Amino acid sequence: MASLITCPHCGTRPKEEFSIRGTALSRPHPTASEEDWHAYVYLRENPKGRYQEYWHHAGGCRRFLIVDRDNVTHDVFSVVDAAAIGRLSE
Amino acid sequence: MRYSAYSIIKQALSGNRLWKPAWREPEPKSHYDVIIVGGGGHGLSTAYYLAKEFGITNIAVLEKGYIGSGNVGRNTTIIRSNYLLEGNIPFYEFSLKLWEGLEQDFNYNAMVSQRGVMMLAHSDGQRDAYARRGNAMRMHGVDAELLDRKQLQALMPYLNYDHARFPILAGLLQKRGGTVRHDAVAWGYARGADMHGVDIIQHCEVNAIRRDEQGRVTGVDTNKGFIGCNKLALATAGHSSETARMAGLELPIETHVLQAFVSEGIKPAIDHVIVYGAGHFYISQSDKGGLVFGADIDYYSSYAQRGNLATVEHTMEEGVSLIPGLSRAKVLRSWGGVMDMSMDGSPIIDRTPIDNLYLNAGWCYGGFKATPASGFCFAHLIAKNESHHVSRFLRLDRFERGHMIDEAGKGPQPNIH
Repeated sequence: MASLITCPHCGTRPKEEFSIRGTALSRPHPTASEEDWHAYVYLRENPKGRYQEYWHHAGGCRRFLIVDRDNVTHDVFSVVDAAAIGRLSE
Repeated sequence: MRYSAYSIIKQALSGNRLWKPAWREPEPKSHYDVIIVGGGGHGLSTAYYLAKEFGITNIAVLEKGYIGSGNVGRNTTIIRSNYLLEGNIPFYEFSLKLWEGLEQDFNYNAMVSQRGVMMLAHSDGQRDAYARRGNAMRMHGVDAELLDRKQLQALMPYLNYDHARFPILAGLLQKRGGTVRHDAVAWGYARGADMHGVDIIQHCEVNAIRRDEQGRVTGVDTNKGFIGCNKLALATAGHSSETARMAGLELPIETHVLQAFVSEGIKPAIDHVIVYGAGHFYISQSDKGGLVFGADIDYYSSYAQRGNLATVEHTMEEGVSLIPGLSRAKVLRSWGGVMDMSMDGSPIIDRTPIDNLYLNAGWCYGGFKATPASGFCFAHLIAKNESHHVSRFLRLDRFERGHMIDEAGKGPQPNIH
């Protein structure tokens, strides 16, 4: 039930230690069009099934993580540091 | 068959053998003027008002489960119109007025109980905010009374007034608010729509939305085959993103699960609907005696109709902190419903950029109380192709135009609205 989250820095911790930011989107370039910014801020794919979400480990390492899980079965597939993904894509 | 005291006596004398089902179970026709996807409270009330008020009766309501299986039977049954903002107050007040006349209107006992909704304030700042809200309501002709601590203690002696962190200082009371038996709302609207000739088709899941070369919607593919229509109306809150995706639309909505709870039946104890201002806990007592209550959503995106134990614990903590005596009651059942959490916490009743496609979505926690007005306004929009005046702010494009209706002032963060 997404009750336990394995933080890459702190180990397996209860869900209550985390606060949830929402879907893991990458921020558009500052000069991107208004349509792109509107889509980033307001529009959501909101799929039923596999889903990547930003979770902040507020009661632990205080790092932003990306939790990859299923929002129907509540299975958690992976938890990675959000910065690691950011650096990969640069 | 109209229900009345006479019909009850007549049926009793004939051994209750002559009751007819409240609605038919027809096979779908090949084409309808209007297809409504979603046989929840909003879809059924839309069909009812389309037929009764706007003269369109060639309608199908397609429901993938059975009538009453979704959020219309999963909420905490509260009705109220104690909102702050211009885009919301007239709409919810219209809904409350429809609730007040609903049972006579659709000839069904929905047990509308105007027992009063009390929102509690726990700080000077919150009392000021409630005074402002009460004033905004009264400016719109809605009843609101600000009660002080002494008045509250006389009404609700069982509350924890001297909590160390969250003492109770005042309460904003809307006497006309209350509760309604939610299943009866679904059944009453289904029966009312059926009596006007609407086809209610249960266990009929829409798999695709068909469009012609010009992009106009022409019908839907379902597990019962293709059904054509002139106009297609989506009322599938909880799954709005999934249904809108079939037409290539992306919505300002994220889906979350909200839990609700009911205790064992106890003697009458809580006369009102009480909303805890220091948390987000709300409670009332059903006519059967069970305490019906709930709190926040689980905060992570979820399409599962079941919640997390951490949220259960949080809800119980809030309840006991407000009403210490609750610790002695046993919880009987809990359940979850999935909601469309919109980007400003307010709903959408609007046309879409696609011709013949209409959208009713984004109800967050607040869809049940809106059921009559949502249906009436959506029916108005579908029939006349223009918004009803009380729902004219609930537009799909308000986010790009910068006209959000953000009652809580929380910004584009759906899980905290």
